[in-house]
Amino acid sequence: MISAEHFKALFDPRSIVVAGASTHPGKFGFVALHNILSCGYGGNVYATNRERAEVLGLQTYADLTEIPDGVVDLVFVCTPASTNPELLRQAAAKGIRAAFIASAGYGESGEDGKELQHQLVELADELNLLIVGPNGQGLVSTPSKLCAQIVAPYPPAGRIGIASQSGNFVSSFMNLSRQSGVGVSRAISVGNAAQVGVIDMLEFYADDPETAVGLVYLEGVANGREFADRLAAVCRRMPVVIVKGGASGSGAKAAASHTGSLATDDRVFDGMCRQVGATRAASIAEAFDAAAAFATLPAPAGPRLAIVTTVGGWGVLAADATATTNLELVDVPSDLRSRLDGLLPPRWSRNNPIDLAGGETKDTVPDVLEAVVGHSEIDAVLVLGMGIQSNQGKLEREGPFYPDHGLERIVNFHDRQDSRYVDVAMQASATSGTPVLIASELSIADPTNAAVSAVRGAGRYCFPSAERAVKALHFMHERERWLKSFEIEPTSTN
Amino acid sequence: MSATLSESESKRLLSNFGVPFLPETLATNSAQAVEFSLGFAGPFALKLCGSNIAHKSERGLVCLGVSGAESIRRTCQQLLDAARPEDNATGVLIAPMATGLREFIAGISVDPVFGPTVVFGLGGVLAEAIADVTVRLAPLRRYDAIDMLHSLRSQSLFGSFRSETPIDLDALADLLCALSKASSEIPDLVSIDLNPVMIVDGLPVALDALVEVGTHAVSA
Repeated sequence: MISAEHFKALFDPRSIVVAGASTHPGKFGFVALHNILSCGYGGNVYATNRERAEVLGLQTYADLTEIPDGVVDLVFVCTPASTNPELLRQAAAKGIRAAFIASAGYGESGEDGKELQHQLVELADELNLLIVGPNGQGLVSTPSKLCAQIVAPYPPAGRIGIASQSGNFVSSFMNLSRQSGVGVSRAISVGNAAQVGVIDMLEFYADDPETAVGLVYLEGVANGREFADRLAAVCRRMPVVIVKGGASGSGAKAAASHTGSLATDDRVFDGMCRQVGATRAASIAEAFDAAAAFATLPAPAGPRLAIVTTVGGWGVLAADATATTNLELVDVPSDLRSRLDGLLPPRWSRNNPIDLAGGETKDTVPDVLEAVVGHSEIDAVLVLGMGIQSNQGKLEREGPFYPDHGLERIVNFHDRQDSRYVDVAMQASATSGTPVLIASELSIADPTNAAVSAVRGAGRYCFPSAERAVKALHFMHERERWLKSFEIEPTSTN
Repeated sequence: MSATLSESESKRLLSNFGVPFLPETLATNSAQAVEFSLGFAGPFALKLCGSNIAHKSERGLVCLGVSGAESIRRTCQQLLDAARPEDNATGVLIAPMATGLREFIAGISVDPVFGPTVVFGLGGVLAEAIADVTVRLAPLRRYDAIDMLHSLRSQSLFGSFRSETPIDLDALADLLCALSKASSEIPDLVSIDLNPVMIVDGLPVALDALVEVGTHAVSA
């Protein structure tokens, strides 16, 4: 039986061996070893190579029988399918508990491959060995600084746990992680999912203190009912965000040839997600937004959203974006309105979105943010317009007049102000438990912008647009509603 | 292999679980039909009922808007006479006509991957083109039933659409929960179709029902 210890051996191995290490830098057996050796993994690293060739300065062994007994937990397998049964036996004899199998030539390659895969699982079960794959790209585990994969990148540490039926989307999610700074705890490509699949990973993540949210790419499930029941149990403990390929007819056909998934009506899958409390995202970007929100923001207590914007247009589009969500753009509560009247010039919007109308002293934005965030009748705050001062500062710093004409002083002031605004917002969010979402395309256009850096420095996510922030918040509120529904109705009425 | 129950059997079975239907009777002769009609204002809908009637409308076996004792008697007799041996006809169903602008479809269908599901969607002549349908796995929680209603794109139909009474969403959710219950308790269920579910004075009522079960369950 596969247990938590097996998953511990997979994600936090004491030592690791790469089977089939290659001297050729284009081969998986080279790349896997390279990545493991390059990202700071603290355990011992062993490797096998038929000729005992030295690879990346590491003296290899001819096979697994030569490595020390009882110290290695994980074998990363890059050897041909035909040699793997013997390899698994040797691994088990060495006390290895988990194998990640990158080798191809299994279920994805026709009837013979399916039979080989079937035999591999039977053997692994008999040896009490956890096997992931075959035909997978690898795994990442930041708590162990482990980058055991044949692809890039290695993401920053964080609390998102990724599980995917396609290794390439593991890379996509981790690229977004690197770009945004919102980090990853574990990531794994389950390949053909012969013995364990995405749901097994999610169950491990749900109990994993390093992981706060599951992020999933899926093309199909074999036993739908069991999958739904297990996913529902996971979602009670941890948010799960799912992107599903094959939602359209032509996508389903592609998925069938990619992972052999059975086509199901997409509306069934969609309804299942809503029912079991999983967040279904329409795209990789939307999924990462949602996962980043779940990983870094406190949950909203209700649907009441306030939008604070330094100037008008952004607020208008953000307000439009709420129309297709379950969020409520509430009227500004009267006590808050009076308080804001005292802080803002008379031309301020006096409504939600709270448009500061550019009427600022150096303390206006922080004062307004403190007043809005944590007001008892506001459940979440979206802040727009952060970073524009330092964006102007950047133009001035890079221009021909810098640092003269007082530019050096004002540019530094802009930077300080933008990071101060963000700090105040984050502080108010932490104190009140109210989620504060900051959105600006500067997060992509200029990640070095003072406001963007401050958001990243606070361990938060700078949403690339107001619409995307609104959608992520919508998902968070949906989940809260779903969780609360169990307080009044624990199980089905039948 | 599967078999369908007759409309009358389907309705009787489903009403046990709380699916709302119109008052109706299965008349085996025209006198019974006339007698039933005396209790209602009319006009009436009359349909030949049997477990194996294909193309009911095409064969003229559904007569709508029938009123007056004489024409009920005549229509009932015509329908009984039109029955073919393979129809397995059991009589003529007669019910007062319901009127309403809003029609939905609801049912149970078995997904090859996820098993029994509850289906709810917009009905009526444009339903197929609009394809506003939402699905959940059975069994439902009541939360799921309400969420299904809110998942429909045609939300504007729920209010006082064209001066009709707003839809009682609790009653509509009850109907979905009733289907869910039926799906767990009817042995070897293949599918249930309620089409249409008409909204009459704000309340849902299923005007037609078709239950399909595995032949194993039929012979048992």
